[in-house]
Amino acid sequence: MNTLSIALGTSLATALLACLAGLVMPVKWRTRLAGVLLGLSGAAGVLVGALAVTGMVWRAELPTLLPLAGVSLAADPLSGWFLVIIGAVTAAAGVYAIGYAGRTSHGPGSRTAMAVVPLFTAAMLLVPLAASVTTFLLFWELMAVTSLILVMTEHRHHKAVRPAAIWYAAMTQAGFVTVLIGLSWLAAATGTQAFDGIREAAVSIRPFAAGTIFLLCLLGFASKAGAVPLHPWLPRAHAEAPSHVSALMSAAMVKLGVYGVLRLGFDLLGGGLRWWWLAVAALGALSAVYGIVQAVVATDLKRLLAFSTSENIGLILLGVGFAGMLARSGQPAIGAVAMAAALLHTANHAGFKTLLFFGAGSVQRATGTRDLDKLGGLSHRMRVTTALVAAGALAAAALPPGNGFISEWLLLQALLHQTPNAGTMLAIAAPIGVAVVALTAGVGVAAFVKMVGTGFLARPRSDAAAQAAESPPSMLTAMTGAAAVCAVLAVVPAVTAPALARVINSLQISQTPLSEGLLDLRLSGISSHIAPLWIAVGIIAATTAAAVLARVLGKARRRAIAWDCGDGPLTARMEHTATSYAEPLQRVFDNILEPVADVDVTHSVESQYVIASIQYRQQIPDRIENRIYRPLVAAVQKLGAAAKRLAPGVMHRYLAYMLTALIVVLVAGAIR
Amino acid sequence: MSAWIAAAGQALLIALLAPIVTGVTRAVRARLEGRAGGRIAQPWRDIRKLLRKPPTSPEGAGVFFSAAPVVLMSTSLLIAATVPFVSTAGIAGSADLIVVVGLLLLGTVALALAGLDTGTAFGGMGSSREMTIAALVEPTLLLAVFALSTRVGTTNLGVIVAAGASDPAAVFTPASLLAFAALAIATLAETARIPVDNPSTHLELTMVHEAMILEYSGRDLALVEWASAMRLAILLGLLANLFAPWGVATGTTWTAVVIAAAVLTVKMCGLATLLAAAEVYAAKLRLFRVPELLAGSFAMALLAVLTSYILA
Repeated sequence: MNTLSIALGTSLATALLACLAGLVMPVKWRTRLAGVLLGLSGAAGVLVGALAVTGMVWRAELPTLLPLAGVSLAADPLSGWFLVIIGAVTAAAGVYAIGYAGRTSHGPGSRTAMAVVPLFTAAMLLVPLAASVTTFLLFWELMAVTSLILVMTEHRHHKAVRPAAIWYAAMTQAGFVTVLIGLSWLAAATGTQAFDGIREAAVSIRPFAAGTIFLLCLLGFASKAGAVPLHPWLPRAHAEAPSHVSALMSAAMVKLGVYGVLRLGFDLLGGGLRWWWLAVAALGALSAVYGIVQAVVATDLKRLLAFSTSENIGLILLGVGFAGMLARSGQPAIGAVAMAAALLHTANHAGFKTLLFFGAGSVQRATGTRDLDKLGGLSHRMRVTTALVAAGALAAAALPPGNGFISEWLLLQALLHQTPNAGTMLAIAAPIGVAVVALTAGVGVAAFVKMVGTGFLARPRSDAAAQAAESPPSMLTAMTGAAAVCAVLAVVPAVTAPALARVINSLQISQTPLSEGLLDLRLSGISSHIAPLWIAVGIIAATTAAAVLARVLGKARRRAIAWDCGDGPLTARMEHTATSYAEPLQRVFDNILEPVADVDVTHSVESQYVIASIQYRQQIPDRIENRIYRPLVAAVQKLGAAAKRLAPGVMHRYLAYMLTALIVVLVAGAIR
Repeated sequence: MSAWIAAAGQALLIALLAPIVTGVTRAVRARLEGRAGGRIAQPWRDIRKLLRKPPTSPEGAGVFFSAAPVVLMSTSLLIAATVPFVSTAGIAGSADLIVVVGLLLLGTVALALAGLDTGTAFGGMGSSREMTIAALVEPTLLLAVFALSTRVGTTNLGVIVAAGASDPAAVFTPASLLAFAALAIATLAETARIPVDNPSTHLELTMVHEAMILEYSGRDLALVEWASAMRLAILLGLLANLFAPWGVATGTTWTAVVIAAAVLTVKMCGLATLLAAAEVYAAKLRLFRVPELLAGSFAMALLAVLTSYILA
């Protein structure tokens, strides 16, 4: 029994208690008790992760827990890094849920929802600890099923929840099947299902088999991570789930897809070949660009955030892919920097996306809508929420002094500093990578300015937005906590340097990406450096100084009506909405988005030369979904309809099927 | 301590010089158009006059509106203090190019949010257009950074400029020229000049930057105008020092610094004259043609990167 097992035991036990509290407590106390217990469970999870990251060795074999295979768990720095992220998001979500679910017995405060959230977080905590194929698959599936139940929480309240749940269920199960096939194949090829054994025997796998296993699992992991083109479930499930669940899914669960890629590619299969990582980087580039272009035109607040998750996962995968390519091209030092960028971005994204999804939940709770076109004016009535969301948006837009900027800077440094003569593949891939990161950063800024500007500033565009009230203290506390973590990661990112070094070492790239020094972010092998603390201090000090000087030396501010062209007063209908704000960018990306616009002109009854009204409708469908998934779904449905003829309800026919199947199995066995 | 003084001095120099640079563009433009035009120091007088007047906030506008001018000013000052305009040594040459791009964008974002915060049709329109342009300029800027930094192996501006100053021949490579063209177009877009935006227009259909800051008056307007002038000066100074790095001091001796400051002034005014002359002969592009121009500059930046690899 070492500290780690005590911490893990505490975390799982409190999660179980939270689950029980959700089930048996009366409405009055349910969310408070369950929320506090969930928060404690998350905090203990952070402790587990921190211990694992510092290199504490821990493993446990529980052969009796599961028939046939048993459960085996182990902790290493890589799992620790993800455990810290999951634990921290869980802790914040627990606190947030107290206010968000409130004292109601339906929706997010219902018995099922409150009881399943702790199970979901416990399953997430156990996934990175799994040390054998069956254990991994068991917890992976448990995580998928519990999250599916949570997505369906509000299925009585909104029509869109059920299709979202079906999409999620179908995609996550399809992903599970590919991971199942891949890992089973891996276990069969190495003759063991324990990760330790696989690690040792992996060198003996033929490259073709290893490549296919990697691609199969990559499909499953990428669909869990929400990488384009395996993303259609993500904007639906993230948007329709209760907001603390959206935060858990977007900030923690999708990261486990990245964990899967890292564990399999770098650890179990020992690094693989260059083309694997080119495939990962290409997937990342596609996700980043498509995700952010969809995010900038989205008018649903949570859909915008969900597509931004696709974008950030894309950047993370880009970093992972380049880390793999660089490590395989004799540049492990630069590869380590790329990997550090990817890992740091998983933490950064978890921080700001938790904050932003919480903010979206507060908005939804206060106004009952997520439609940015109908919001606006919240900055006057929800001051704290607006300030916190603006801070989160600053980080998400990768602007200095936000934490998103740090990881993007690291990623750019890795791409800029690979040696030009390391081969054609990298010489072409690196500039394209920079172009992708740059384009994503630029469009991302526009997306988040749109989100904050049209959602929170100016005048309210609906009664609901005009009546909004500030969120309860528990929700604000959770958001402040997330913002504080972001701030720490933004000004002293070097605190993560020792942990990053250990994680990257456990990924078999034996290089230290960041050199020592807390205030100055210096990279080993690259002469570029920044001092995030000084940038932040500089911006804040210069801004405060200018503001104070202006206030002291200048005259007092006056209020006046805005310029209304002498034809006032201005109304909220004259403002730019989210749709009109993104219209110029939508035109620029017309070829990618293919928006569908519909104009209805109604003429006056007296004369057809007089127009009574014009209706304009616009939709921006997900093109990848329409082009790939619709035909696929149609084909499956057609196949299902055709298969009906095989089951006409005649008993003889069924007996014949069984007999044939038996003979086939026997023959197959005999031949083998 | 002297490093801090040098940085502060450099920021002060840029702050003092910026309205003059704007004055030069206006004067040159007026002469070429056959007008008498104002004096070169006229922008300074405008700023001084505006600074004395009280700012007004439109009803309903919040803290985002009143904070934007100060944020814009502080980002400009920070860049002016840390970019190697005069000397590549110490804090005055410590900036990272990516950080500079990020800080410029932060200023743009502050103004864009302020434009929306006014709740007027003009503010939203200007803000939307400005962010569209900024979103497309950012990739060009970063790619040009890439092309310039492969030459010296770092994105640290002090090192890049010092490398150019010690070996001017290395600056004239095909990659550098392409990067220069890309950066020049990005500069035009970033500082709201023709053909992307017209700094002297007040016509609804064509306004971008001016629409966004329409509600500002008094001290706020002075800060916005001043900071915008500084951004122009900063970008022109960057272009000058990245592609013509002669005369930049590599130490902090007094004579070198004074000479470098004089050379910088001449270079900036020269570039401002060129800019004004080019503006007279160019027409403003329709807003929806601007992305084509920016795509062109993006392509040039990408070519710059590829040539820097192939000819490396």
